[in-house]
Amino acid sequence: MIGYILKRLGLALLVALAVSIIAFFLLRLSGDIAVAIAGEGAQDEDLRLIRQTYGLDRPLVIQYLDWLWQTIRGDFGTSIYFKTEVSKLVLEKLPTTIILGFSALGFALLISIPLGVLAAVYPNTWIDRLALGIAVVGQAMPNFFFALILVMIFSISLRWLPVSGSGTWLHFVMPTIALGYYVAPAFMRLIRAGMIEVLSADYIRTARAKGLPAGKVIFKHALRNAVVPVVALTAVQLGFLLGGSVVIETIFALDGLGYLAYQSITYKDFPVMQIIVLLLSVLYVLLTLASDIANAWLDPRIRVA
Amino acid sequence: MSDTILGVDGLSVDIATPRGTLHAVRDISFSIKRGETLCLVGESGCGKSMTSLAIMDLLPKAAKRQTRRLAFAGEDLAGASKRRINALRGNRMAMIFQEPMTALNPAYTIGNQLIEAYRLHRNASESEARERAVFLLGKVGIASAAERLGQYPHQLSGGLRQRVMIAMALMCGPDLLIADEPTTALDVTIQAQILRLLADLQRELGIAMLLITHDLGIVARIADRVAVMYAGQIVEEGTTEALFRSPKHPYTRGLIDCIPVPGRTVPGGRLGVIPGVVPSLVGDIRGCSFRDRCSFAQDICAQAPPMRGTTDSQSWRCILENAA
Repeated sequence: MIGYILKRLGLALLVALAVSIIAFFLLRLSGDIAVAIAGEGAQDEDLRLIRQTYGLDRPLVIQYLDWLWQTIRGDFGTSIYFKTEVSKLVLEKLPTTIILGFSALGFALLISIPLGVLAAVYPNTWIDRLALGIAVVGQAMPNFFFALILVMIFSISLRWLPVSGSGTWLHFVMPTIALGYYVAPAFMRLIRAGMIEVLSADYIRTARAKGLPAGKVIFKHALRNAVVPVVALTAVQLGFLLGGSVVIETIFALDGLGYLAYQSITYKDFPVMQIIVLLLSVLYVLLTLASDIANAWLDPRIRVA
Repeated sequence: MSDTILGVDGLSVDIATPRGTLHAVRDISFSIKRGETLCLVGESGCGKSMTSLAIMDLLPKAAKRQTRRLAFAGEDLAGASKRRINALRGNRMAMIFQEPMTALNPAYTIGNQLIEAYRLHRNASESEARERAVFLLGKVGIASAAERLGQYPHQLSGGLRQRVMIAMALMCGPDLLIADEPTTALDVTIQAQILRLLADLQRELGIAMLLITHDLGIVARIADRVAVMYAGQIVEEGTTEALFRSPKHPYTRGLIDCIPVPGRTVPGGRLGVIPGVVPSLVGDIRGCSFRDRCSFAQDICAQAPPMRGTTDSQSWRCILENAA
């Protein structure tokens, strides 16, 4: 198990490194940092000076290695737009995004597990159809559109929830629902398919033959086995929720990493963009690693060799 | 009658298929006395397993059960509530399945799965249940039982898993044990061990047993009574002795002729063969379902054959008084 984890960890490091290289060069292709610093319409002389000062006139490979070395040492540079340290900026925004990511995940699981289980226990009935309908709507509707509908209902008509900002927990309610509902269908379908397969397994018949009540058969014996692939999906979706909250955070002006990413792209804030991309990719890789480990741990056939 | 543990009267199982209704079990009746072993024999697809699942109310969703009476210890379970069935299942009636490799939940330790039913039905504490589990694992011949409790099914061989299944079925001390081809999936060497174990436990604990098998060799060794099933019906029933000494139904005769007998069967010689295949059970079935394969078949076999033999020791469903 330890060897397995170390091997996966090594692989994760390599992936993160590859992402950092790609992100660095792609961002450089997207625009000129010197122009971003000096502003549009700057004199050629100024641009040359800026390039010299920031070392932008060196070969890209050298610049990358320099940036990598700084980053590994924990020096993430300074934001061009906010004029503060990137590390401070990111650390400030990260909690909001993490709270939103986990609450959206929690919301998604909260609706998808019961719906998925119900759909599997009563396949091809109105319950199944209803669950399928909810899933189709969730998957088909763009989340920004759903977010706007929520705003119209709960903020403008009912005046229950604030439209935007990130001051109180109330500010998180709509973003959580909008983001969570978007990923819930994937969970629901996986749980339904897994449950239908598991419910026809021999060991479910054994459990029923013991006289166990239906609830125990479904939740102890079936769900435990159906949930294994869900764990893998959870990690991937959490990565999506953390990285993909750009749209939702922007709509609700929720002051998190996604909103910061949106701002840094708008203002061509290269140091900030670079770190956010790297941070999100590292998070993604770590979450995938966590899911692999969790999967191994959940399946005794892997855990207890 | 208080000495009858299981009384099945007029049991039918229909399965809806795209080609029509499949009559898997057709109006069968039999009973098992306390402490008695009844073997249900027949070819694959003759409705043996469906019969056992119907008794335990474990039929798949597509299969519908109909029965005039399904008496367990004098109580009619034909219209019993789910709650009542659950109170009996795993408690007073228990079942062992054909496939020990898949019958145990891979996600839980065998200890966890062993104590479950006992804790539920007996309201026992975990330590009491574990004690009982260790005792029974020892009883079914598993060494160092206490350590086995912490193991997962995948760490056990097929034979060991079937022993665990047997111990699991015995946890609450059932009155009736249904074993659906418990040795079919096992190595030949293990088959004999498991069978002897079942027979010994049955005798020692005084449990009634319904053993389902297609192996007449097994039947001769451990059954008190035998019911021969063909195409969803019981075609002959009787004491093991009577049935093997003078089989009355041509199908039973054919089955017995298929068993090699030491001393009588010549090496290299031909064993008995029943020509043909089991008829389709979809749609209406008229007359004797064995007549297409029967060497004694006559025109009258197109009508439903009468049940012959009124004694308790043997009865059969055939137009012939004596095929043998």
